[in-house]
Amino acid sequence: MESLLQKLAVENGLVLAFAVVGLVVLFSGAVSRHLTFGRIQGSAIAILLGLVLAYVGGRMTGGSKGLADLTCFGGLALMGGTMLRDFAIVATAFEVQPAEARRAGWIGATALLIGTFLPFVIGVAVAYAFGYRDAVSLTTIGAGAVTYIVGPVTGTAIGASSEVITLAIAIGVFKAILVMVTTPMLAGFMRLGTPRSAMVFGGLAGTVSGVSAGLAATDRKLVPYGALVATFHTGLGCLLCPSLLYLVIRALFPAHA
Amino acid sequence: MTLYGTTLLAVCHLLGILFGELLGRALGVQANVGGVGIAMLLLISARLYGHRRGWLDAKSEEGVHYWAALYIPVVVAMAMQQNVLKALSGGPMALLAAVATVAAGAGCVAFINRDEPVSPSGQAPK
Repeated sequence: MESLLQKLAVENGLVLAFAVVGLVVLFSGAVSRHLTFGRIQGSAIAILLGLVLAYVGGRMTGGSKGLADLTCFGGLALMGGTMLRDFAIVATAFEVQPAEARRAGWIGATALLIGTFLPFVIGVAVAYAFGYRDAVSLTTIGAGAVTYIVGPVTGTAIGASSEVITLAIAIGVFKAILVMVTTPMLAGFMRLGTPRSAMVFGGLAGTVSGVSAGLAATDRKLVPYGALVATFHTGLGCLLCPSLLYLVIRALFPAHA
Repeated sequence: MTLYGTTLLAVCHLLGILFGELLGRALGVQANVGGVGIAMLLLISARLYGHRRGWLDAKSEEGVHYWAALYIPVVVAMAMQQNVLKALSGGPMALLAAVATVAAGAGCVAFINRDEPVSPSGQAPK
């Protein structure tokens, strides 16, 4: 019996993922209505629950893909993977009011630039405080604070050690998760309510996964505006960190050259 | 037909990712530069153009709306496969860097958005 269920689950991975996620969303909606009386959005609870399950999955398997590393939940890797996530994000563009997006274009681009420099500087400062002095490590850790993809791309390009790269990824993943969880709580403080405000947020918060989940948990209507800007974040970071920003850091910390 | 909408979406997606890759190559970056954003712009343009020319009907649009509606479940599935252990393994330094970055970012967003109308979030209707 057990092997039959196992076989069923493995051969129908994606279908099972739809069922499991649907149930989690349904359950979260009920918790939102009955326990929080609608104060916390159902999708926010679902995302938080998803992260808890990811932790449990990681503890059980020691793998890197959370719950998706359990053989029977392998379909989650496809459903929540980059391909379908980006496909769904592109689909939300159908809801964009072009006039709104155009009006906020410049401020979105400005936010994108600040959203690259600011995390980088903070990452470098924290690395310095923890005793790192060489330009390569400082730059890699700073890049990790931009997004968890910029960190390893930069580290590999400029030849950082593997433990520094691992640390940079950890910072980036931590940041993405923190954005997912705190966005709905900070929505009032950040005045997230209009398309323009969402574009500013998308540029500054970076990390597509953080922004897409954070806005989903706050107000689904804002998702396309934030995502439109956020999707340029990783590319811009990978462009600036190993080049311009690395040269600046190397000029400031020439010790090991 | 509903599938036409999904096809339009798929074509925009692929073209956007392709342009993003090419842009990355041109800039000498080992990453896709804004592929998804370019795909979104293509889809927005295709929708405007299709409406004007009249070849985009409500039935075809359903093929895009369905995927947009799947957005939240897909994001929940994404949350389920985050490497939470890895994030926690970074220790106090990863914690400090991430918290400081998010706090500074939120402060910056609040500053730039200071003149925006206060959001109705929290009670935002689903």
